[in-house]
Amino acid sequence: MSVPAPLRLTSRENLPFASAMFGVMCVFVLLIVAMLAANLMYVDGEHVKAALDSPEILYAIKLSLVTCTITAFLSVLVAVPAGYLLARVPFRGRMLVDALVDVPIVLPPIVVGLALLLLFNQTQVGQWLEGLVESVFAWLPLEWAGLDHVTSITYDVPGVILAQFAVASAFAIRTMRVAFETASDRRERVALVLGCTRRQAFQWVALPEVRRGVLAAATLAWARAMGEFGPILVFAGATRMKTEVLPTTVFLELSIGNVEAAATVSLLMVAAAMVVLLAARACGARMVA
Amino acid sequence: MLDCRNISIAAGGFALSGIDLQVQAGQWATIMGSTGCGKTTLLEAICGLRDVTAGSIHIGGVDVTRLAPRCRGIGLVPQDGALFAGMRVEAMLALPLRARGVGRAGRARRASAMAERLSMSHLLRRTAHGLSGGERQRVALGRALLCEPTLLCLDEPLSALDGETRASIRELLMVLRNTGDVSVLHVTHDQQEATAMAHTIWHMENGVLSTAGEVNDVVH
Repeated sequence: MSVPAPLRLTSRENLPFASAMFGVMCVFVLLIVAMLAANLMYVDGEHVKAALDSPEILYAIKLSLVTCTITAFLSVLVAVPAGYLLARVPFRGRMLVDALVDVPIVLPPIVVGLALLLLFNQTQVGQWLEGLVESVFAWLPLEWAGLDHVTSITYDVPGVILAQFAVASAFAIRTMRVAFETASDRRERVALVLGCTRRQAFQWVALPEVRRGVLAAATLAWARAMGEFGPILVFAGATRMKTEVLPTTVFLELSIGNVEAAATVSLLMVAAAMVVLLAARACGARMVA
Repeated sequence: MLDCRNISIAAGGFALSGIDLQVQAGQWATIMGSTGCGKTTLLEAICGLRDVTAGSIHIGGVDVTRLAPRCRGIGLVPQDGALFAGMRVEAMLALPLRARGVGRAGRARRASAMAERLSMSHLLRRTAHGLSGGERQRVALGRALLCEPTLLCLDEPLSALDGETRASIRELLMVLRNTGDVSVLHVTHDQQEATAMAHTIWHMENGVLSTAGEVNDVVH
């Protein structure tokens, strides 16, 4: 089966159409480029050096990378079964579950943080979970990640991860649901007839079919987690060298009038996001090939 | 061998009712009918992919009406092959064996033998991506045969193929037909295809399976 040739818009006949389409796209791309350029103009080599020499900013970079990666992993872990169920399995209350899953997407971020804070501070279930996390973290060898000081969820690193996860997983679930809906379930059904159990058909046929969706969900979750600020501020606080992730650094530096450091950290976040997004796209393209 | 007794199926706003269908051991039975008449819905019900609302389905003397699809002893060849994404042909052929717990060496040996039988040994290392329509159908047929099915279900296996490829796959199916090793339920809308291969032809119209006959009776 031959791969269809991409549509080209280079002929003279297509010029008005192509101009209109590219024109609209360029407006948005220019906005992004202008924002980045404005940031760049504020920063020079000295600022970058100062930022990279700052132990607080280095801690924030490290914590951001660790928490975003854990969040992306957890989000995919939840998103794959949830997306599969919502897309392919009819069950009572599916519409309600579908709507609930979207709640973190539509709520203001600060409300998500407040809800988490109330859950873990004001309810018995939350307090029980606090105790559970405390014992789990005491058992895990987390010195390598600099997380050996962790003692609770609220106002500590697990709070950062949970706040990121609460929002990022909703986006990951949405992505996986679309991925499972887009991929026909015919192959999975054929696998069932050919002797597979539901688990085998899911693991060997349905899941490989949506591998690009899994990658997209992980990327989106990672990127969302990297940009998360409101829920983290409310639920985990903005304590330097403890719960300070990169968006928190921007906030803290801005609050003391250090615009150069804030702009430098912003650019670091842009660079990290671009690396992850481009790597994910390259992996996606290789999967198709 | 296959005995559908007065089965009814509800598929959204569409319904099949009072379906009686028998396929004898080693026989090739074809269900003919126009697109949308319910042929594939009936096939799905026989495979266990769709619930029947009344009646019963027996395969090899066993009532399989409530059995899971994998317990019915059916091999299925869908219209476009429905090959599995990202999987090599070798692994795809061996999937039914893997599901039954056959070891890696046994799977590789039997997949290789099947590939040789269907003249597609050169495809074993390739993935579904990039296979031609005819190659896809060969792989789908090999995969279904490796289930060692009591009943082989073919859902319009030739309809998406060009003339030359269609002829080569038909030749392959004729070899299978003439060995009589497996009973076949073949669904098509193409009369020429049906009369070339079937021992018995059934007609379906608007959800009702109306006619049955030996192939010569139907043709004449």
